[in-house]
Amino acid sequence: MSANAHNDAHGHDVHHELGVAHGSMSGYMTGFILSVILTAVPFWLVMSGKIGNPTWTAAIVMAFAVVQIVVHMIYFLHMNFKSEGGWNMLALVFTLIVVGIALAGSFWVMYHLNTNMMPSHDMRQML
Amino acid sequence: MSTTVTATSEAPVFYEVDEHPHPEGHSTALGFWIYLMSDCLIFAILFATFGVLGGNYAAGPGPRDLFDLNLVALNTTMLLLSSITYGFAMLAMDKERVKATQVWLVITALFGLAFLSIELYEFHHMIAEGAGPQRSAFLSAFFTLVGTHGLHVTFGIIWLVTLLVQVQKRGLVTANKRRLMCLSMFWHFLDVVWIGVFTFVYLLGMLR
Repeated sequence: MSANAHNDAHGHDVHHELGVAHGSMSGYMTGFILSVILTAVPFWLVMSGKIGNPTWTAAIVMAFAVVQIVVHMIYFLHMNFKSEGGWNMLALVFTLIVVGIALAGSFWVMYHLNTNMMPSHDMRQML
Repeated sequence: MSTTVTATSEAPVFYEVDEHPHPEGHSTALGFWIYLMSDCLIFAILFATFGVLGGNYAAGPGPRDLFDLNLVALNTTMLLLSSITYGFAMLAMDKERVKATQVWLVITALFGLAFLSIELYEFHHMIAEGAGPQRSAFLSAFFTLVGTHGLHVTFGIIWLVTLLVQVQKRGLVTANKRRLMCLSMFWHFLDVVWIGVFTFVYLLGMLR
C-alpha cells in the first residue's frame, strides 16, 4: 500500500514524466467528426458509383484514406513535432520511408514479373 | 552536476560524465511507439502481399462476389466508435475519475467485441461458401492481412480486460496510467491500420 500512496502523490506529474501530449474533449470530438466524414464519403462514392470512372474513384478514395490517417495521427495518437523531443516523429518518418520502399518496390518488381510472364500464365485471361 | 558546471566555465564539454536520472517508465511511450512502428512494417508487408496477389483469383470468386460493403461499413463504425470511447476513457483518467474510466473501457471492449463478431461472421460466411484461404492467392492474402488485424484486436481486448482488473485492484496509479496510455496508442494504431484495410482491400477491391 505504501507504494500506491507514493505513486498517487506523484500522480499529477505522470504526463510530464511520460512526455506524452494528451488530448482534450474538443480534440477528440474534432477527430471523430472528421473521421466519420472521411469514412462515409469514400463508402458512399464506391457504393453509389457516383463517379463513373473507377480509376478516378480509386484515386479519390485513396486520397481520403491518406487524409484520414493524418487526422487519426494528430487527434487520436497526438503526434506532433514536440512529443518525446521529436523522436516520435523521427521514428514515424523513418517507418514511412521503409514502408514506402517496401510497398513501391514490391509493386514495381512484381508488376514487371507479371507482365514478362508467358501470356498463358495470366489467370485473368482464363476467366 | 558540479563537475559539469566547473568544466563548462573553463573549456567546452563534449560529453557528460554524470548519469542523468532515469525515472521509471520515463521512456515507455517512445519504446512503445517504436514497437508500433515495427508492427506497422508487418502490416506494410501484408499489404504489399495483398497488393501483388489481390488479382489472382485462380478462376475463383473475386471481391465483388464476396464482399458486402454494408457489413464493412458497419464494422468500420464499430471500430471508429471504440476509438472515440477509448479517448473518453483517457480523458476520464486524466481527471482521476476511476469509475468513469472503467465504464468507458468496458464500452470500448464491447465495441471491439462487436467488431470481432462481425469479422468472424464474415469469415465464416466466406469459408462456408467455399471461399476459404486455400481457394486462391487472393483469398490467402486477404485472410492473412485481415486476420492479422483481427488477431491484434483480439489481443487488444485481452489486454484491456487485464487493465480493467488492474485498475479495479490498484486504482489509477502511475503504472496503470502508463499501461492505459500504451493500450490507447495500440488501439488507435489498429484503427489507423483498419483505414488502410477498408480502403485498399474492400473499397478498391470492389472497383477492380
